[in-house]
Amino acid sequence: MMVAEEHRAPAAVARPLDEAGVRVAVRIRGLGKHFGTGEQRVQALQGVDWDVFTGQLTMIVGPSGCGKTTLLSVIAGILDGDEGEVSIFGEPLDRMSDRARTRFRTTNIGFVFQQYNLLPALTAAENAAIPLVIAGWRRDQAVRRATEVLASIGMGKKLASLPSQLSGGQMQRVAIARALVHEPRLLVCDEPTAALDHETGQTVMQLLRDAAVRPDRAVIVVTHDNRVFPFGERIAHMDDGRIVRLEEQATSRPNFSDFSPLM
Amino acid sequence: MGWIALKMLVGDRAKFLGIVMGLTFAALLITQQGSIFCGLMLRTCGQVNDITGADLWVMDPTVRYIDDVKPMLESNLYRVRGVEGVLWAVPLYKGQARVKISPEVATGRRAAVIEQVILLGLDDSTLIGAPPPYRVLAGNLRDLRLPDAVFVDSERLAKLYPNEDWTQIKKEGKTFYRRFLRRQLEMNDHRAVIVGVCEATRTFQTNPVVYTTYTRAKNYAPQERKILSFVLAGTQPGISPKVIADRIRSQTGLGAHTASDFAWMTINYYARYTGIPINFGITCFLGFLVGTAIAGQTFYNFTIENIKQFGALKAMGVTNVRIVGMILLQAMVVGLLGYGIGVGLAALFGWATQGGELAYFTPWQLLPITAGSIVLICVLSSLLSVQRVIRLEPAIVFR
Repeated sequence: MMVAEEHRAPAAVARPLDEAGVRVAVRIRGLGKHFGTGEQRVQALQGVDWDVFTGQLTMIVGPSGCGKTTLLSVIAGILDGDEGEVSIFGEPLDRMSDRARTRFRTTNIGFVFQQYNLLPALTAAENAAIPLVIAGWRRDQAVRRATEVLASIGMGKKLASLPSQLSGGQMQRVAIARALVHEPRLLVCDEPTAALDHETGQTVMQLLRDAAVRPDRAVIVVTHDNRVFPFGERIAHMDDGRIVRLEEQATSRPNFSDFSPLM
Repeated sequence: MGWIALKMLVGDRAKFLGIVMGLTFAALLITQQGSIFCGLMLRTCGQVNDITGADLWVMDPTVRYIDDVKPMLESNLYRVRGVEGVLWAVPLYKGQARVKISPEVATGRRAAVIEQVILLGLDDSTLIGAPPPYRVLAGNLRDLRLPDAVFVDSERLAKLYPNEDWTQIKKEGKTFYRRFLRRQLEMNDHRAVIVGVCEATRTFQTNPVVYTTYTRAKNYAPQERKILSFVLAGTQPGISPKVIADRIRSQTGLGAHTASDFAWMTINYYARYTGIPINFGITCFLGFLVGTAIAGQTFYNFTIENIKQFGALKAMGVTNVRIVGMILLQAMVVGLLGYGIGVGLAALFGWATQGGELAYFTPWQLLPITAGSIVLICVLSSLLSVQRVIRLEPAIVFR
């Protein structure tokens, strides 16, 4: 199963475009990040070099406090690194203004959170429509589009349900629909199965693979649920703020020749 | 994003109602207490407003308000008439008298009623200062010239005739008051006959108002060397009454004011020396504080409970400006609701207590003042939330 093992990820040049159209989605060089000062100082990331490729589901795994979530936050553009470079699809995040980065996130990044973070007062369809509303779509158009996405992931009968009327798995499906509705090029998922039982977690991961992985999209999942490791093509093991090992494994990669966008 | 903000707001019904109730309470208290204050203040100058037809009130220069009567020599009436620009000038007596009503067999009242009244003596020939005809409920103003004739105000008639069946007013309306015509009473031991009943604005004092002629008032009043309370004057058209008032002041040394100025003088006196504004101001301020505390705390709690959702929205690309816009929209909606319901309830309260003892008057200026207070509460409440959300790191969503 394991095909490669390395303490430092090699430079991106090691992964040119391949026949499946795989290309570099995220490029990280020398990334460092610390929190606190003096004796309270914690080095969360230390000189991380890493590339994430499109067309793959990449996992970041490791023990608690190893820097997984910090790395994901920096990749998602919601946290600044102290040093190093991070570029997403060639756009240098660290050189963008706050406003530009916010705009970049609006169109290019989809989020799936551990606790779903659905707005309790909005229906499933309205929750899923939020990224489109943020992007400036009209409410009715956005909800119509979200309805189609929800239907495509088997939530067509729960469109008008409030989050409080949904199970954990259903809420995570809505969250996935919300993350995909605006067709982002990068999907970041933080412990998407942590609040779910094993079976539901497997279903959600399968859904994530089927619906999210596309030749022009990269999916990054932070998890420490080793039961879902088989869903990832690449697994980055982290410890002490570093990527200590990269693992590649064969998965039932989607047939991109049959690929068609959700809508 | 506006509809999302509104759905978030009304989605948590308990908090939504809590915020609206806090603001409603504040708006109600500010408007209601403000209206009672204005009503009371208006009562202080009720007689100035009731005595119509004169452009100017002339008085002793040390008079500070309507009830601060300082009698003048009657020769001052002629001095006023001599000022250029004064078209006419008539005397007005204002004083206290004691009314006694003998026991009545008809009503079964065995004890005499003795009441202090406000006695107004109007110019014998012109009756200037008398209530306008539409405020006369029974009798005819001309009858004031009959011997011993007096008009009594309807509001306080019950104090003079407590045994009367006052429930009949609803059935009989204005005609109810006819039963009082030709009834006799004693005023400072002089005979008086009621020839009419009229409406009079309730005064700050609770005494009934009795109208008679100036000459007769002199008989009723205790003997004094000076008896003239005020001079009511009309001014020539084309000249501002204020200009004539200045002339009267400079040529006679008397005090002279337009009716409106005199009403304000009276209000200012009561506002300054009675502590009423302080009492009402404290109540209004407490309403403001309680409203701010309830609405502010609930609004802040509402934001804190939704902090992860706000974080998620920020992560997904909502800018601080839009988040602030969402919070301000929420604040504006609850503010409008609280203001509308609060002012509506205050108006309902005013309507329900209409015609009763409670002084209640809502000037239009009170509405923007209440609105301004509610806006201030909303701004203060949302500032707490806004600064919390602006400082919020979107990375919170991954923690």
